[in-house]
Amino acid sequence: MKRYLPWMALAIAALWIASNSRMPKTAPGDFDLPAFGKIPVLSEGRNKPFDTVARTALLIIHGKQTLRLEGGRTLTATRWLADVLFQAPAADSHPAFVINNPEVLGLFGWEQNERKYFSYSELVPFLEKIDAQARQVENVESAKRTPYQTAISNLRNSLMLYQRLKNSMRPEGTRDFAGEIAAFMKAAPAGLEAARAQKNGGNFDREKLDAFALFTARCETLAEMAYVLPVPPDPSVGGPREEWMSVGASLLQTLSTGAADTVTKAYAAAGDAYLAGDPALFNRHLCGVSDWMAKNEPKATGRAGYEFLFNRLAPFYQAMGLYVLAFLLVCGSWLGADRNLGRAAFYVLLLALAIHTFGLASRMYLQGRPPVTNLYSSAIFIGWGTVAIGLILERIFRDGIGAACAAAIGFLTLIIAHHLAGSGDTLEMLQAVLDTNIWLATHVVTITIGYSAMFLAGMLAVIYVVRGVFTRSLTKESAQSLTRMTYGVICFATLFSFVGTVLGGIWADQSWGRFWGWDPKENGALLIVLWCAIILHARLGGFIRQRGLMVMALFGSAITSFSWFGVNMLGVGLHSYGFMNKAVPWLAGFIISQLALMALASLPLARWRSFQNVKPS
Amino acid sequence: MARRIFDFLSSMKLTIVCLSAALVLVFAGTLAQVNFGIHEVQARYFQSLIVWWPAGSQGLRIPVFPGGHLIGGVLLVNLIAAHLRRFRWSWSKLGIHLTHAGLIILLAGGLFTDLFSVESFMRLSPGETKNYSEDSQAMELVVVDGADKEFEQVTAIPEAQLKRGGEIASAGLPFRIVVRHFYENSRLQPLKQAGPGAVPAATQGVGAQVAVSELPRATAMNERDAPCAVIEIAPGPDAAAPDTWLVSDQLGAPQTFSRDGKTWRLAMRPARYYKPFSLTLEKFTHETYPGTQIPKNFSSSALLRDPERDVSRDVLIYMNHPLRYRGETFFQSGFEKDGTILQVVYNPSFIAPYLACVIVSAGLLFQLIYHFSGFLHRRKPLPAQ
Repeated sequence: MKRYLPWMALAIAALWIASNSRMPKTAPGDFDLPAFGKIPVLSEGRNKPFDTVARTALLIIHGKQTLRLEGGRTLTATRWLADVLFQAPAADSHPAFVINNPEVLGLFGWEQNERKYFSYSELVPFLEKIDAQARQVENVESAKRTPYQTAISNLRNSLMLYQRLKNSMRPEGTRDFAGEIAAFMKAAPAGLEAARAQKNGGNFDREKLDAFALFTARCETLAEMAYVLPVPPDPSVGGPREEWMSVGASLLQTLSTGAADTVTKAYAAAGDAYLAGDPALFNRHLCGVSDWMAKNEPKATGRAGYEFLFNRLAPFYQAMGLYVLAFLLVCGSWLGADRNLGRAAFYVLLLALAIHTFGLASRMYLQGRPPVTNLYSSAIFIGWGTVAIGLILERIFRDGIGAACAAAIGFLTLIIAHHLAGSGDTLEMLQAVLDTNIWLATHVVTITIGYSAMFLAGMLAVIYVVRGVFTRSLTKESAQSLTRMTYGVICFATLFSFVGTVLGGIWADQSWGRFWGWDPKENGALLIVLWCAIILHARLGGFIRQRGLMVMALFGSAITSFSWFGVNMLGVGLHSYGFMNKAVPWLAGFIISQLALMALASLPLARWRSFQNVKPS
Repeated sequence: MARRIFDFLSSMKLTIVCLSAALVLVFAGTLAQVNFGIHEVQARYFQSLIVWWPAGSQGLRIPVFPGGHLIGGVLLVNLIAAHLRRFRWSWSKLGIHLTHAGLIILLAGGLFTDLFSVESFMRLSPGETKNYSEDSQAMELVVVDGADKEFEQVTAIPEAQLKRGGEIASAGLPFRIVVRHFYENSRLQPLKQAGPGAVPAATQGVGAQVAVSELPRATAMNERDAPCAVIEIAPGPDAAAPDTWLVSDQLGAPQTFSRDGKTWRLAMRPARYYKPFSLTLEKFTHETYPGTQIPKNFSSSALLRDPERDVSRDVLIYMNHPLRYRGETFFQSGFEKDGTILQVVYNPSFIAPYLACVIVSAGLLFQLIYHFSGFLHRRKPLPAQ
């Protein structure tokens, strides 16, 4: 029976994954929101499905990817977005805006209580106040802002995003947008004529001009505000355009082309149907858009469909669950000294790594980039790298230590990534200087693998110290094998950190004109290289042995975390595009924990439970 | 004795001490950038022999830590000495030797770059032609003999010389320039706005209507010092009341004065580096991703003309694709209004890091593979499960 334990664990894990991966189905007679979620649009410079727009916008505004209404009903992100885009009055009363800061609440005369989500309608009376306050903050560097200043500026950005979304697909308050467009198309020639006559000072028809001018002005507002550009170039309309457009811009263009885009008309009709509460009609028009996209924009449609799937599968969430399971299995194997549990952990980890890899590869495919492009993806990749190296160690040593480290760091880095995702689209477009796949693929990847190895070495040291001090399980053999692992991993880290750092220098030489500029991020990388060199020389020179190596590996983790996150918090230098300051207490906590472990490791051997009865040899 | 010194210089203890000192210095230097800015920290921490405290140049200073050049220099000596002492040919040590040889090149190259590379900027508006680049920090005082319409005689006095003060005599000038006061960073204000008690900075030219106040040195990334100087042209017509002039690059047009029947022009401007070729900006483009403000690309298309070498060709300079010409490299650095800003770098040892990188990587990789394969061979096979 026990022999099948690993396979059973693997089967349970796989079943759990499969059950999480079911695609949602729409009940007949309901709005087909999954279909809506798959349609590609252009937003923030890249093609993505409505589903991603919905998730990132709700994450920015609400802090979560689902919205709970009063009365307990939950809205999915796409449902919320459909409300915002097509049925603004309903969306205005959803409690979407998260406000945690008591000073911001005080600005509105509200006391802080359990409620922290507010609707747009509730905020409307304070819009000017919010705007005025946020303007005062504009000139303060983000690193130097107080919590209140950050909160008010975030609230203003959320409100702006919300207003832009509301004005992306149709003007607010319109009930029959399709009809208005048709009327406008009809009235446009006469209106244009009247406008021309007015300009030339001749007689003109005031009524025709007014009707025409009013609609044109609304289109201009739409074009200016739009957050999503949903209208691709339409070959049937002609005209020399290659780029995606907002609904407003596409309607303004009809003045020269004389014909409205198919997609614009379909979205207008779909929006009318949504507003009128007619799912069948809404679904029919959306279906028209999907078919048109599949025919005319096959590439964007394919990618958007894939991204929709990727969002739904949420591979990193799933992998996180599996890492926890694997960690528990390893712990079980140590407590019960059962080899089968250890093997089970190994299999589950393999599955987790496969899913993690799938997520990583999907992001690379969607972005068309090497794996690391921002802080979020660096967390994902560090986790992936550690798990891969940890599994190799496990395969060689088979004592559960590699697996435990892999599971722990895999889980922690994914948690970090999850918290980094709050700022919006994690597949965002890259700043001009980063727009080079060669250097992203070489410098960034090698340096990140170096981070992975440093964290892995640190984790091995944690196991050494905790097992040695608190348990009797650290035998002479296991201590030796841990030491060899740690030393090997540090050598590996030295190679990758050094090569990565020098490659970074060469990139800097290519794009900024100097190999080394003492920029904080460069210094961070140099700190890791220096520390690795110190460890290797100290060991070679016989200045440190087992425990010394472990203490230094722990400090290596602290240095790596500083160079990964800490330097971004300084807010200086050319690398500060990855800026973030919410994590300051977490980083400080991590570094303190490493220092505490170092202190623990420095206890006299007599205090180590594992070594109490062993004479130092 | 010599033996002991050599042993010390080649010892691994020295290596570890140097590396640890470097670690502390880099860490402290990184944190210090928050308050002092990159340029200041670079000069004080990394491109110096000793880090002094406090930062100012006057008064009592205490040496607190070895600077980057000292640590790097000792490390370099240590590396070379250790090589001389320990070098023995064997396969197992090949990787280590290669790595350290590469490091020697890297360190030496870094020191060389610090000492000899020159960074400057070239700002071009569309249609504009320039055959010089300008220093981002240092200024120069220029005195132009504008009598001859065809040919200008320009005498440039570097900022460092102004900073030293005193009398400056130049072969090209029939008069002496006496530096009355030099401000490393300053604010100029019209006298009327400067408030009560303000005095004119100089007796002649624009300076007679301007008040100068001294400012602390600029430290932020995007700020720079605005130096200015009050100078006297000596001897003047009236020995009792000498002519003084305010010079600063914030004043705009050059000021003019006459001596010995000739008209001279006087201006302070960023120090220039002239080149035997010129660049003419034809077009600058700045693209963003559609529907966003995220920059996608900057590019400058320019005409490169070099009469000496009979070169006249169009060049395109954009992100990560600089122009390399006659030992200098032109990078797309930024933009202002409709013009472009190119960074111009002269670095005679730019090849060193490339070479070092290849050698060190080869060494580390060799060592890792050599040891890992040995490690796998030595391991006992595990009992069958």
